[in-house]
Amino acid sequence: MPVSRTADDLPEWRRRTTAGDFAVWGAWLAGLALTVACFEFISGRTIWAFVWDAPTQGADLVQRMFPPAWTYADVLWKPMWDTINIATLGTLLAIAIGFPMAFLAAHNTTPSVLFVRPVMLFLIVSSRSINSLIWALILVIVFGPGMLAGILAIGLRSVGFIAKLTYEAIEEIDRTQVEAVTATGASNPQVLAWAIVPQIMPAFAGISVFRWDINIREATVLGLVGAGGIGMQLQASINTLAWPQVTMIFILILGTVVVSEWVSARVRHAVI
Amino acid sequence: MLLTLSGLTKRYPTGDLALKGVNLEVPKGQVMALIGPSGAGKSTLIRCVNRLVEPTSGSVVLDGTEITGLGAAALRRARRRMGMIFQEYALVERLTVMENVLSGRLGYVGFWSSWFRRFPRRDVEEAFRLLHRVGLDHMVDKRADALSGGQRQRVGIVRALMQDPQLLLVDEPTASLDPKTSRQIMRLILELCEERGLAAIINIHDVALAQQFARRIVGLRAGEIVFDGPATELTPEVLTTIYGEEDWSQTIRAVEEDEEEAVPA
Repeated sequence: MPVSRTADDLPEWRRRTTAGDFAVWGAWLAGLALTVACFEFISGRTIWAFVWDAPTQGADLVQRMFPPAWTYADVLWKPMWDTINIATLGTLLAIAIGFPMAFLAAHNTTPSVLFVRPVMLFLIVSSRSINSLIWALILVIVFGPGMLAGILAIGLRSVGFIAKLTYEAIEEIDRTQVEAVTATGASNPQVLAWAIVPQIMPAFAGISVFRWDINIREATVLGLVGAGGIGMQLQASINTLAWPQVTMIFILILGTVVVSEWVSARVRHAVI
Repeated sequence: MLLTLSGLTKRYPTGDLALKGVNLEVPKGQVMALIGPSGAGKSTLIRCVNRLVEPTSGSVVLDGTEITGLGAAALRRARRRMGMIFQEYALVERLTVMENVLSGRLGYVGFWSSWFRRFPRRDVEEAFRLLHRVGLDHMVDKRADALSGGQRQRVGIVRALMQDPQLLLVDEPTASLDPKTSRQIMRLILELCEERGLAAIINIHDVALAQQFARRIVGLRAGEIVFDGPATELTPEVLTTIYGEEDWSQTIRAVEEDEEEAVPA
């Protein structure tokens, strides 16, 4: 924010100094040069014949995918229902574990900043750093293939998500409401139930429904590793090159996701 | 004496000395206004009384009980005897008026009774009675965030009274309200204190309001009491000691006019 004087001694203001201006333009130029260099690098390692061929290949695939195998839907209802159940039960499991964890992790409600909070933060990070598909891969080995592995995979991945966003909401509450309830002589559990829980309820409901919505999508691929749901049919259809069936599965997944999104939007709207 | 503060000192972890050995006595049934500039330690003082802020040293004695030495459970019982009213009302916004009012009884009921909102019949009757007294009968089932500022502060007052306190700690009750509502709220607090024989410490930065409503005024500056006397002794010189140099003639005169208006009404 340089202030200088003009020739007739009036104060003048500009956003940056001249050197600052050059630095900004220099940074843009460097960014552009880097982009060009990266493009060169990638293009040198691309087999362009395949790329030029892509539209033809794509068109060919699409042609083989249509019309969808409508009758195949009869086989799909059950796995689709399983998928929705995996997502819902997994989310409920994550809520049951994640909600108390959030209170143990939040700075203003944790029983111990030095011990319990770091342990909870570590558990949250561990849960979040592993994708559901990888959780499923491990759990299928432990529990064998099927829905149980899928539910646990979804649950373990979602615990961290729900706990993290909820503890952030707990840390952002209005402290004066807590003060007021404390001043009445309420015990700590009462302060939690009367001053903190009502404040985080909208955020918590929104987080849970949002996670359920994400889990519906994630549950559709868990079958690829044998953890139940519609992913198993997807893999079987791709392996046998049954493209019209693949299309049918896509349509069903799309429909389910649209419905779940509509539900979660409605719920979030209702709790605010 | 209902409340005796002796040598009350508070040093915040940042090193700021908010209270410097305050000595203060409040007899039963006395309403007292605590005035002083922002940052003088008014909020800290009343929060040290119910230990929302932990005093560094000194003692607080309420009706024979030494508050400063109490363990967690005994402190909760002592807090029941001190109702607190806040500047920004501090209602739990997503709970209903009735729930906010009944939260004044939390110190008297167990966790599960309060969780399932099963309060003794007597408490609920008292809640209806007090809500009627402050003119909020029709708002019982409204959520707190649907109320206007004045209505919220009435709920805050009722919540404090539900505790059946001996002392009210009132922190800037009118700072978020318009002048007319401010006067109504101050009048209500005073009437209720008189009806129930309550003592009150009212933090207030509006000198005119303090003078109009409280007989005793205590001036706090930089953590020390610099004035303690009847409202009539509040002269421009006194205000200068509390707040610093300023033309105080208008402030004082405004009060006198106010009182003249108030008398015939």
